[in-house]
Amino acid sequence: MNLSLLIVLPLLTALVILFCKGLKQVRAIALAGSVAQLGVSVWLLVAYWQERTAGNQNAMVFENNYSWFTNLKINYHIGVDGISIAMILLTASVVVAGILVSWTMEKLSKEFFFLLILLSMGAYGFFISLDLFTLFFFLEIAVIPKFLLIGIWGSGKKEYSAMKLALMLMAGSALVFVGLMGIYYQTGSFDLLQISQAHIPVAVQNFFFPFAFLGFGIFAALFPFHTWVPDGHASAPTAASMFLAGISMKLGGYGCLRVATFLMPDAAHTYQWIIILLATIAIIYGAFATLMQTDLKYINAYSSVSHCGFVILGIGMLTQTSINGAVLQMVSHGLMTALFFAAIGMIYSRTHTRMVAQLGGLLKVMPFISTIFVIAGLCSLGLPGFSGFVAEMTVFMGSWQNPDGWYRLATILACASIVVTAVYILRAAGKTVMGPISNEHALLADATWNEKMAAVILVTGIVLIGVAPFLINQLITPGTEQIMLQVGKEITQK
Amino acid sequence: MSSIPLTHILSVSTALFCIGMYGLFTRRNMITMLMAIELMLNSVNINFVAFNKYLYPDKLDGIFFTLFIITIAAAEAAVAIAIIINLYRSHNSIDVEDAAEMKL
Amino acid sequence: MSNYFYIIWIPLLPLITFLVLGIFGRKYVKGMAGTIGSLSLLGSTGLSLVAANQYFFVDGKVNGIYQKIIAFKYTWLEFSPNVSIDISVLIDPISVMMLVVVTFVSLMVHLFSLGYMKGEERFATYYAFLSLFTFSMLGLVLSGNIFQIYMFWELVGVSSFLLIGYYFDKPSAVAASKKAFIVTRFADLGFLIGILVLAFYGKTLDIGTLIERLTSLQSPEFISITGAGFLGVSVLTWGLTLVFIGGAGKSAMFPLHIWLPDAMEGPTPVSALIHAATMVVAGVYLVARLFPVFSMDQTSLDIVTYVGAFSALLAAIIACTQTDIKRVLAYSTMSQIGYMMFALGVSKQGGEAGLGYMASMFHLFTHAFFKSLLFLGAGAVIHMVHSNEMKDMGGLRKLMPVTHIAFLIGCLAIAGLPPFAGFFSKEEILLSAFQSNKIIFGIALFTAALTAFYMFRLYFSIFWSREATGHHGSHSEGTVSMKFPLVILAICAVAAGFVPFSHFITSDGVALETHMNIGFSVAPVVLSLLAIALAAIMYKTANDKPAKVAAAFSGVYRAASRKFYMDELYLFITQKIIFPLIGQPIAWIDKHIVDGLMNALASITAVFANLIKGIQSGKVQSYALYFFGGIAALAILFIYVWK
Repeated sequence: MNLSLLIVLPLLTALVILFCKGLKQVRAIALAGSVAQLGVSVWLLVAYWQERTAGNQNAMVFENNYSWFTNLKINYHIGVDGISIAMILLTASVVVAGILVSWTMEKLSKEFFFLLILLSMGAYGFFISLDLFTLFFFLEIAVIPKFLLIGIWGSGKKEYSAMKLALMLMAGSALVFVGLMGIYYQTGSFDLLQISQAHIPVAVQNFFFPFAFLGFGIFAALFPFHTWVPDGHASAPTAASMFLAGISMKLGGYGCLRVATFLMPDAAHTYQWIIILLATIAIIYGAFATLMQTDLKYINAYSSVSHCGFVILGIGMLTQTSINGAVLQMVSHGLMTALFFAAIGMIYSRTHTRMVAQLGGLLKVMPFISTIFVIAGLCSLGLPGFSGFVAEMTVFMGSWQNPDGWYRLATILACASIVVTAVYILRAAGKTVMGPISNEHALLADATWNEKMAAVILVTGIVLIGVAPFLINQLITPGTEQIMLQVGKEITQK
Repeated sequence: MSSIPLTHILSVSTALFCIGMYGLFTRRNMITMLMAIELMLNSVNINFVAFNKYLYPDKLDGIFFTLFIITIAAAEAAVAIAIIINLYRSHNSIDVEDAAEMKL
Repeated sequence: MSNYFYIIWIPLLPLITFLVLGIFGRKYVKGMAGTIGSLSLLGSTGLSLVAANQYFFVDGKVNGIYQKIIAFKYTWLEFSPNVSIDISVLIDPISVMMLVVVTFVSLMVHLFSLGYMKGEERFATYYAFLSLFTFSMLGLVLSGNIFQIYMFWELVGVSSFLLIGYYFDKPSAVAASKKAFIVTRFADLGFLIGILVLAFYGKTLDIGTLIERLTSLQSPEFISITGAGFLGVSVLTWGLTLVFIGGAGKSAMFPLHIWLPDAMEGPTPVSALIHAATMVVAGVYLVARLFPVFSMDQTSLDIVTYVGAFSALLAAIIACTQTDIKRVLAYSTMSQIGYMMFALGVSKQGGEAGLGYMASMFHLFTHAFFKSLLFLGAGAVIHMVHSNEMKDMGGLRKLMPVTHIAFLIGCLAIAGLPPFAGFFSKEEILLSAFQSNKIIFGIALFTAALTAFYMFRLYFSIFWSREATGHHGSHSEGTVSMKFPLVILAICAVAAGFVPFSHFITSDGVALETHMNIGFSVAPVVLSLLAIALAAIMYKTANDKPAKVAAAFSGVYRAASRKFYMDELYLFITQKIIFPLIGQPIAWIDKHIVDGLMNALASITAVFANLIKGIQSGKVQSYALYFFGGIAALAILFIYVWK
């Protein structure tokens, strides 16, 4: 199977969109393209299984390597393992859902869908890249459309938010770039697999690791560089919020894992305590900050800060189980938060308010939307049967395996956040979905078919992981084992 | 014959160049600015002629260059005056500050 | 080993019902929801009875000992080799007993709800939630993996949340459901950390293996867990106490009991099922499930004992002052669960000393029947009167003869009078307390008398007190589907006590011979009779004696009727400490310091930009000036400085 299909298909879709006229044509093409992409992703999953059951033990499968710019040894090198496939499936589902949710985007619809598809292309390219330069290239492709999506189609103080988001993410990219350059000049290669075989001296690792980790960390809302998250999400249109939280923040987590930790494992050990400290702060701090929010989108954005803290915590703990948990949490949070934003978007488009205090009793008039809102909430607070439980418990179990006393304390604090999560989720759900309904909302309509489809796709993912976690666990474990092999290596040279 | 040293001639041309530059920086009237530019070109011409005469008396390269510059200066003056006249027709002014439509 | 695989259908049937009713219930099968739910549960109940028969009477016993059988096991989520969540079905005496209790009571509640909830708009949703609860509870009792218990533990928590909040447009119901979920979630945190601790030292999540490793004094796991200490207490004690906190939260033990009375905002049949007979005893079940490990650590057992005994007493005192009949029953539930808890606490593992364990399970068994009977009776009363308050009732014995008799049987059973079920189980508990701890025995005896008093206060206030006034004459007593469960449960409340329980369920699986000690039984029975007589004097006819008594004990009475200000204390902690002292500062810091720092960075950049942007004036002349100035400067540099 040729992985380039994953990039070519969105590119073609985007180009065709440019030649379309009117919302109807544009959205049909966008939907067709994204559904085809979802199909390709599922096909990729199947092909991957076949490859593995046929006995392929390589770290990466479906590799392709073309020289792109020979002088600087930049290659177009792509390949996937279980982790990337999980991320690709996540991206594909969120894209389809996002397009369905923006089904009635009248304003500049051609440009809107074009940018959405472009963004998704960046994400696909990022997840399949095995060359640091192409990886960075696609990372940048995924940033720019966000600025436009928020700046043009956003609401509220959109210019401020768009600027803030773009600047902070650009700063993140700049840091990442410094880190990548450091690796490149040390090893003379951009190839991820080659670099992982070569040993970078510990001093060099210690110098460049913070750049790479922090840079990707900004994408993953690492405390204290998380402030783009609430403003960005709150101003973005629904689909952009879904993409932002569901896909973009995962680029950061994936980068922290695949680039920073995988290539510079010794430095990961050195800075472990800082990572864990920041992650724990993000988890607790994000949860308490959520408690005080009154806008549904801010609630979800701050809870994303808290939940992405689990990803960083899992990576920081450096045990096989905790890294598994971090990957699970990325997928789970991506689906869950996209569902949450979709539900908020649906509520907002009907009631024209996102303030918790002005809503109430929506279960009576829009049972479907309310149900998915509650499902997203329950997933967020880690209810068994949904993906959140699996991911969080794996992170907790993995973190607890790290025998250091202080890290245990961090784990306990992280566990404690699930109580705070329950409090803010139930406050939000109790106020919006339950309770008496106000008269002006008494005649609103429930979800339309496209919104239902979007929700069903995301809920399916959430429930599938929640009910049968052994499937995704089998998928990602070989990948995380590779990373652990690096991390667990004895430090041979000083 | 060669009683006038080269430095005297160069001093004149430098003075001429500086006067032209001063005029270019301080005046807002386009005709005056054009005249200042002509002054600067002529100071260069003097330099060419002088160096030719004192360093390579048996060659004519400097003289040729001077003739070129005079020709180009004439052409340039014609184009510039045409622009200035057009500007005057549209803006009723030949002050450089007044033609600011392209500025933000 | 015979095949018990069919047992997985017992929880799966309600799960399928939940999915069918949850997805299609609103539109397609609305009217039949009750029938579908009840039929599927009938299937589950039948299978449970078959399983119980097979286990207890056919092949569960090997060499006189009831075996633990793993009927089904599938690795659901593997954390690391040996540490995994296995979805498993564990068959042993207590799980089979719980299977029967849960399915049976749930079936009764399903049937009762057919009449009670008739005409509700979200009828199908109600049955879907009931099925979800039943599934979760059955999954919990069948768990052979401690993490599986936690999973279903959370699921019963959320079903309870959904059902308490069933009347979602009532703010008090929403508040109660949130409170129930959050308080139990807080307790579950303890459970979760307890699991992490035990699993780390035990190196397994499987309950059987865990018990095996942590009960043998020589095993490396046991040595490491007792050897390690934190704050001067062994890690085993920490782990078990944390697990007990989880159990205490679900079982409404002091000080985590505050959610239970509020939970009565849910529909009454739900209260009967979840908040009386099944879910709230999950904590007791959890301690019983890990009892062999608990028995290795006296400190944690003592905690169980004293928390249980104190909760029993406190709840009984509060129950005497409540006027909402469901709240009286809620506090009595808490009190009875306290009984079960301290019975476990005073017990030892194995043999005669394990009497408390057996007594606790026995009381759990009998309590399920008579408490669900009392709740369903109360439900019938509320259905008729449309009020929860005692003052709106009175003299109903003639209007509701069936309910009256059933309720009376329930009261007699809970008061512990022979030959009703509560007598037998309570006697065993008192006896085990007497054998090990006289203080606990004293508390238990006093609580037993109080129980008799407040239950008959309730009984007389509802059915006697004064003549029935006209406004409820128009209603009939309820449909057959409501009366039938009452009759069945009343029969059970009489008969359950005669089950030779100690032959089936003991701490070590070996049958235990218990003998009725007539002399010992005299004191509690006489005390209960006296308490009933007192209640009759005060409440059988309307008079001013209760008011006088209340005035005489005004301080205690007021404190008890306000539930000893526990709610106010919690409100104070959350509203006055957590929100303003943690939440608000963090939100402020985020907005002003962290975000401010980012904005400051941007502002500094802007200031610099402002400083240098004047250079780009757009005037060609100044550009030319800079240009020539630059050339001149460079010329000077090259000629004079850098030569």
